[in-house]
Amino acid sequence: MARRRREIGKAGWGRTAMSAVISFIYFFPVLWIILTAFKTHTDALAIPPKFLFTPTLENFANVFSRAYQRGGEEIDTHFDLFFFNSIFIAGTSVLLALAVGTLAAYAFSRFPLRGNDTYMFIVLTTRMLPPIIVIIPIFLMFRVTGMSGTYAGIILLYAAFNLPFTIWMMKSFFDEIPPEVEDAARMDGSSEFKVFFKICLPLVKAGLAATAVFGLILTWNEFLFALLLTGMQTRTVPVAMAQTIGGDIGVRWGLLAAIETLFLIPVVLVTFLLQNQLLRGVTFGTIRR
Amino acid sequence: MADIELRNLTKLFGKLAAVDDIDLDVEAGEVMCLLGPSGCGKTTTLRLIGGLEQETAGDIFIAGKRVNKLRASQRDIAMVFQFYALYPSLTVAENLAFPLHAEKLSKAEIAQRVAHIADVLELSHALNRVPGRLAEGEKQRVAVGRAIIRDPQCFLFDEPLSRLDVALRQEMRGQIKQLLGDLHKATVIVTHDQIEALTIGDRIAVMRDGVIEQVASPHNIFAQPANVFVAGFIGTPQMNLLPARGIAADGARLRTRLLDQEVTLPIEHRGADLPRADATMTVGIRPRGFNLATEAGPDTLAGTVDLVEPMGAETLMHLRVGEADVRVVTGYRKAIAVGRHLRVRPRAGQVHIFDDTGQRVEP
Repeated sequence: MARRRREIGKAGWGRTAMSAVISFIYFFPVLWIILTAFKTHTDALAIPPKFLFTPTLENFANVFSRAYQRGGEEIDTHFDLFFFNSIFIAGTSVLLALAVGTLAAYAFSRFPLRGNDTYMFIVLTTRMLPPIIVIIPIFLMFRVTGMSGTYAGIILLYAAFNLPFTIWMMKSFFDEIPPEVEDAARMDGSSEFKVFFKICLPLVKAGLAATAVFGLILTWNEFLFALLLTGMQTRTVPVAMAQTIGGDIGVRWGLLAAIETLFLIPVVLVTFLLQNQLLRGVTFGTIRR
Repeated sequence: MADIELRNLTKLFGKLAAVDDIDLDVEAGEVMCLLGPSGCGKTTTLRLIGGLEQETAGDIFIAGKRVNKLRASQRDIAMVFQFYALYPSLTVAENLAFPLHAEKLSKAEIAQRVAHIADVLELSHALNRVPGRLAEGEKQRVAVGRAIIRDPQCFLFDEPLSRLDVALRQEMRGQIKQLLGDLHKATVIVTHDQIEALTIGDRIAVMRDGVIEQVASPHNIFAQPANVFVAGFIGTPQMNLLPARGIAADGARLRTRLLDQEVTLPIEHRGADLPRADATMTVGIRPRGFNLATEAGPDTLAGTVDLVEPMGAETLMHLRVGEADVRVVTGYRKAIAVGRHLRVRPRAGQVHIFDDTGQRVEP
């Protein structure tokens, strides 16, 4: 044979180049948003699109304070509050779901009820409903209980939304721990609490990280409930962003892109910090015996 | 010094009795091996003693104290698990130290004990590694070390050597026997490997279907099996268990119809009742309990060589006698051709008689 065979397991140049192209296509929208965030209004609307331009930070400044009418006075947009709200609400609700869900998952995994699978299925069905279907009853519940527009209300709601997913994910991680390890700890004089906190929890660290990231992204992007159930003080960024569209000079693409760029940062940061755990978490088979 | 007593212990899983009304005493300092085929209830018995399963009925006493109501963590027992069950997220040193935290020892005391155990079990080089990075033999030693680092009332071992390869298993078998001798505590070892049970145990309890068939010393369980099951289970190659009918008994001889041949068997008569002359019985003779006979005689069994399996120092041959297959072990020097007609003579002291219910008859 004339052609030398490649080493097994190594991709050739052709495939590497193809992967690069596909990756670029996927990444392009993100790149475009980041570029647009640094463009003036005119540059953003230019046809053909400009790839070379003089960058400006004006859009970022405008996110937090700007004039609503041409030539009008610059007003605080409260976007700093909205960013705080998004971080606080997503963070708290995910932590809450993680705390409750992990305990529930451990119970489902280790102390199964009669008809355990049925309970697990019921837990899952709450995620099957499209949110739009439950929005009216939930809206009414929030009205009646006065939780509309409060942090507690929206945090509880998001935590409840994240719970089924958390329980299912964490149960699968607990199922992976050999029960013998827990028995060994019991024989070695550990109480049930110590078995859980000292033995089981460290073994599912990767699972906790993966579950947390998925929950955070889900909550971070949530729009519908935030729109209806948050007030001026508890508004999150996606809602505020939607309300930014419009104005007397048409859609301000540069401004929107700047908000989006800022909105991306926490997600990128969290994913980056947890990436090792995350990879192990989503690929499963994490426990070495 | 503590002993273990099991009284009428029963464990049901649904309707299935995994452990069925067993009684067992393990004396202080004694090593008891629970031996049996898989699914016979030996591991369940061990877990009941350890408090990892809740018994359906019966009592467990440790050092004379009823422990039924105590949790595993309160029973003061150390256990070595079949799959080692090391704590994957902790280093070897932390694994070894883990049982000591429950005893509220000082840091210095813990460090000193870990160093000592690591020294005894040759684990000093691996103290900072996690279990995932250990060789199989090292994992096994950590599992043992974690059990013996405390000073518990008794020890439980669940198939401690089953995951090791043959060479390592032989080596560890010796080490564990020595270790248990030094510890001098009531110990229960579960195994399905009869060599392991015979070599390590002070006594052996043979289990089948949740019931203990016989408890005896390794020598007696081999020399005087209590019933057909134990006789067939202990010893390799397996004992020949042949159907027979008595014709007449006198003194040290039992005339029988054995596999359609009339054979006079040598039995040691100790004055007890012999089986009734016309009773159906099972005659048990180990493959090593025959001599080759040079001439025909009333005390020989005739057959045709069906298969020859060389085993090194000895040769195992399968003799076809009527419809039955009789296993006979001879020295390797005797060359035996397949198809040859032979006669074999059961040696005195090698004949076991079981009655029609399968129980041993002591003539």
